[in-house]
Amino acid sequence: MINISEVIETNKMIEQENLDVRTITMGISLLDCTSATTVDALCRNVYDKIMGKAHDLVRVGEDISREFGIPIVNKRVSITPAAIVGSGVCKTPDDFVKLAQALDNVAHEIGVNFLGGFSAIVSKGMTAADELLIRSLPQALATTELVCSSVNVGSTKTGINMDAVRLIGQTVKDIALATAERDSFGCVKFVALCNAPDDNPFMAGAFHGVSEPDAVINVGVSGPGVVKHALTHVHGQSFEVLCETVKRTAFKITRVGQLVAQEASRRLGVPFGIIDLSLAPTPAIGDSVADILKEMGLQHCGAPGTTAALALLNDQVKKGGVMASSYVGGLSGAFIPVSEDQGMIDSVRAGALTIEKLEAMTCVCSVGLDMIAIPGDTPATTIAGIIADEAAIGMINQKTTAVRILPVIGKTVGDEANYGGLLGYAPIMPVNKFDCSEFVNRPGRIPAPIHSFKN
Amino acid sequence: MTNKAIITVVGKDTVGIIAKVCTYLADNNINILDISQTIVQGYFNMMMIVDVASVTKPFEAVAGDLNGLGTDIGVQIKCQREDIFDKMHRI
Repeated sequence: MINISEVIETNKMIEQENLDVRTITMGISLLDCTSATTVDALCRNVYDKIMGKAHDLVRVGEDISREFGIPIVNKRVSITPAAIVGSGVCKTPDDFVKLAQALDNVAHEIGVNFLGGFSAIVSKGMTAADELLIRSLPQALATTELVCSSVNVGSTKTGINMDAVRLIGQTVKDIALATAERDSFGCVKFVALCNAPDDNPFMAGAFHGVSEPDAVINVGVSGPGVVKHALTHVHGQSFEVLCETVKRTAFKITRVGQLVAQEASRRLGVPFGIIDLSLAPTPAIGDSVADILKEMGLQHCGAPGTTAALALLNDQVKKGGVMASSYVGGLSGAFIPVSEDQGMIDSVRAGALTIEKLEAMTCVCSVGLDMIAIPGDTPATTIAGIIADEAAIGMINQKTTAVRILPVIGKTVGDEANYGGLLGYAPIMPVNKFDCSEFVNRPGRIPAPIHSFKN
Repeated sequence: MTNKAIITVVGKDTVGIIAKVCTYLADNNINILDISQTIVQGYFNMMMIVDVASVTKPFEAVAGDLNGLGTDIGVQIKCQREDIFDKMHRI
């Protein structure tokens, strides 16, 4: 039988160490909506499908949260990449904007925090619809609130679509301009990915891949604060003890996620997909991945040793978490967003953390350059270069990488962008000033890498 | 999902805490399986394992009532399904 110290430990994690389930995300296939012959009919089909599947999602999430006494921070929906859904009837960027607005309306109506999947998969080439969707993004993201978008620009199997990377470099600038009055908030809702997983529950990169069933429940756990707290007890001890502590903690966190996922799946009558093991920080004090690295013995995140510490953390989180769940997927690792993590923000302010160090860290963490504010006058080609670098890391290392970068119009190094809530605030970071335009302006794609001779 | 729930009471020790919680449980047909208590950092911590199989109210209503009762007597009372502790601490 459960004893009192175990109960106290669990409740302390929840009440004092910010343990929560970050998101229940329902993936919904919209492939059966594509029989529509007009944009309006498509929007109606999409509304009916999402409403039919997810109308109870928020209520069920709140019930589970109350009954188990664990906060479930977000309830979200992800959909089949909209470029596929809209390919039959959307013939202009405005048609895609209309679709985005319809998605935003239904997301508001069912009460979810975000809806992801206004996306295109263009790792080898763009269809006309893919390109139209990308071109619709500035207006689509400026005129909607809850819709998130992602574009997969490359993969280990296909190489990197540099035509798409170049277009996205410009598009990110245009999104920033379209939402300039809100610190270029639109860019928060867009991410460029390489090797994007089909079952990721986290935004902005969530979409419901075509390999998925009609509907599925994916759950993202969290808990940097719990890991950090556990590490306060092992100062000065060996790496073995350090690893064991992270692993045990990740196991416990993930078991809670597994429980919530199974309950949500049962109550909604939708199959359980995966648990995403990611340690997702929030701006709350103590709920920080950077603070975990500091707890391991670094003066600041970004100091020499940071990449090794992060690699260790990421690997142990997976080792502990895999044991705790029957199905693990999504991104699963440690997120290193800047604006959403008070420890990261402090490290940037202290001058310890640069974009280049963050890039190195992305080689060993679960995603990529995330929530990084840069000067608004950064050229589109430089943004494309940053995306290409990150995609190359993913392509060569057979991992997911991503870029969610925020060129904040009207602001420069020394200023801050503020997004509020879980999205936090970010000091504007300096970007390397040297030019890469001749490289990124070359048409075509970077070929897929060789998979043998791995020296 | 089991029919067991864990009720925790945390706060300053005072006369009648257990009596009030037990009265509520009896009124609502909730059977107490186990009670333990300890003092952590000067605070009274009590845990009850209860069986909610025969309760007629929805679970969240019971949790809400107990929370309200706690507010009245100046302690924090939580009622959670046992599964969350079981999953976390048992393989």
